Amino acid sequence: MKVRAQFALIFNLDKCIGCHTCSVTCKNTWTSRKGVEYAWFNNVETKPGIGYPQNWEDQVQWSGGWARNKNGKLTLRQGGRLAELIRIFANPALPEIRDYYEPFTFDYAHLINAPESEATPTARPVSQVSGRIMEKIAWGPNWEDEQGGSFDQRSRDSNFRGIDARIYKGFKETFHFYLPRICNHCLNPACVAACPSAAIYKREEDGLVLVDQDRCRGWRFCISACPYKKVYFNWESGKSEKCIGCYPRVESGMPTICSETCVGKIRYNGIILYDADRISEAAVMEGEKDIYEKHLSMFLDPNDPEVIEQAVKDGIPNDWIDAAQRSPIYKIAVDWRLALPLHPEFRTLPMVWYVPPMSPIQSEIDQGSLPTQADGVLPDLSALRIPVRYLANLLTAGDEKPVRLALRRLLALRSYERMKAVEKRVDLKVLEEVGLSEEQAAEMYRYLAIAKYEDRFVVPTSHVENSLESAYAYQGENGFSFDNPKTGVSKASLFPKRRTGTAVENEEAVSGSSNMSSPSGAIFRKKPL
Amino acid sequence: MNPTWNSIFFGVYPYLAGTVFLVGSILRYEFDQAGWTTYSTQLLASRRYMMWASNLWHIGILFVFAGHFIGMLTPIFEWLHVPDVTHQWIAFSAGTTFGVVAMIGGVMLLLRRYVDPSVRAAGRFSDMLILVWLLVTLGLGLGTQAITLPELLRGNVVNMHIFRMYLEGLVTFRPDPALLIHLPVLYKVHMLFGMTVFLLFPFTRLVHIWTVPLNYLVRRYEIVRARRTA
Repeated sequence: MKVRAQFALIFNLDKCIGCHTCSVTCKNTWTSRKGVEYAWFNNVETKPGIGYPQNWEDQVQWSGGWARNKNGKLTLRQGGRLAELIRIFANPALPEIRDYYEPFTFDYAHLINAPESEATPTARPVSQVSGRIMEKIAWGPNWEDEQGGSFDQRSRDSNFRGIDARIYKGFKETFHFYLPRICNHCLNPACVAACPSAAIYKREEDGLVLVDQDRCRGWRFCISACPYKKVYFNWESGKSEKCIGCYPRVESGMPTICSETCVGKIRYNGIILYDADRISEAAVMEGEKDIYEKHLSMFLDPNDPEVIEQAVKDGIPNDWIDAAQRSPIYKIAVDWRLALPLHPEFRTLPMVWYVPPMSPIQSEIDQGSLPTQADGVLPDLSALRIPVRYLANLLTAGDEKPVRLALRRLLALRSYERMKAVEKRVDLKVLEEVGLSEEQAAEMYRYLAIAKYEDRFVVPTSHVENSLESAYAYQGENGFSFDNPKTGVSKASLFPKRRTGTAVENEEAVSGSSNMSSPSGAIFRKKPL
Repeated sequence: MNPTWNSIFFGVYPYLAGTVFLVGSILRYEFDQAGWTTYSTQLLASRRYMMWASNLWHIGILFVFAGHFIGMLTPIFEWLHVPDVTHQWIAFSAGTTFGVVAMIGGVMLLLRRYVDPSVRAAGRFSDMLILVWLLVTLGLGLGTQAITLPELLRGNVVNMHIFRMYLEGLVTFRPDPALLIHLPVLYKVHMLFGMTVFLLFPFTRLVHIWTVPLNYLVRRYEIVRARRTA
């Protein structure tokens, strides 16, 4: 047994309202830069839909993730080491920018600068890559928002496999839900394995997967290897970038920015302990449906004295063990089995898990058109509008049992709480049927319904002192300045600085046309005293 | 050619270019890791187009480079007792074949860089400069084949010997630019353009060649880095 700590997240899809606040705060924090305008480390998709980049879940098209070969070994689906180097001049599995979307802004300056005319001037879309006017915006990170686009296109969603076409024709009018996606910081990351220059790595301390910007040489194989398409190529810097798990925040004990700002309070951050010796064993399981159970069995009970002893031996700090014990992740994923991994069949062992969504159903019940549970109010599982099969294809490689268990437990909790609140009686039978105790139900209610900040986020601070030879040696040295060698910012460079300007020339026109927005404009210019 | 200029171009300039190439590469590696990349623009282009353009270009130019290196700076052909005329025929046919392959790919890349507004906007001056420079060098090299072929048909391989002797002198620090003085000017222009590629090398994306990731063939798949020192 080798105990490692992993910073993991759980998203409760049942509460996601699809507001995109996570995407926007992430964008503003990390990717509002030249070269990554098109990249959304966090994006929210409406399911069913083909998503961003288009059809990312279909590995027949994109060759992402791992496959188990005839000899029972794991290989990257896009090819082995030699095959990869042979394809290094042009990667046949690399998405084109139009598979994501051509990033755009609008020609706002025209609204101010346009000459007098009959018609009101309009702000036309301008490409953030080429700076040209775009005739048509064809796709985006949330193109299918609230069932946008045609159903014919959305129905190409690969999670529809194995579902009766007759049934899903009916879905057209009946269901959708939101799927927020970030990097899964996998235990068996395909991007790390695919990097020819060994620039991507998993951090031992918290398991975050990062791209070393100094070592990345722009070979582009991480982008195609990631089955979630969550590594992006910065066309300006010529290097790969991905969600960094907000490590500067997480190291300071704060949740990620997407979690912090989540309006629906659907996100949970915490530490989970796992047995690193069993990674390959889980990833290589023959049956795709068995991967989830095996993955789950890798997680270690942080209250088990044996685990604690080994964790201490493996160098996990005491406050991290304590954080693992208080972590919402172990409770939701392991104790209650409510959360499930996204597409375990990709074999990367992702560490962002999802509580499956129920669907808005009350009005259907009120019309008496749905079969209900014993309480006569909450619907029977078979009556939910999101087919269990669809969720199983999304979360458990098609195995409906774990999805059913999670949904039944969520429904049981509602039924139980509803009876307590409305009918003023406690009915333990409904809990017993799904294997929950009264205490567990109370805790589930606290974590899922109340979802206080301190319950959702249990993030221990990192131990920087362990990464320094001598903390005193740095006294008075660290600070952010150009003369300070410790900041890694050197003054002299033989080579030109990276361009920071924008491709959109008209933005200059905006600031030039208004004194208010120009610091060098007359209004802001200080007169000498 | 004026002997003074001849010795400046072929006695001094190669060392200047070589020094800039080596020292510049080392300095750039030291100070500009953040800029050390392929600067690939495949993302912005059509995948199918790039499969052709980039592969043809890279394979062609690598074989052309390897041909120059092996044919002129290694004694492989002597070891194998290959007659000089045969050596020259191999060099001529392989050089022309891969030169044309590289030319097709390179022109495709140049065209795309010029026509596609996204690639054009994303590219730097140095990207365009080095591509045009390499293509001109390549074109001049293919042009010299027109001089080589008639001589070769007559069984005259003396120029090949001149190049080999000159290059041998160059890399052993006993340069003899006088050897080249009566060569047709096209050869000399090709050589000057070729040397200048080395001069430009550290200032362009070409540095990615230094870090060709052969280590990937032997390294383990998963990489875990620890921050702690103990």
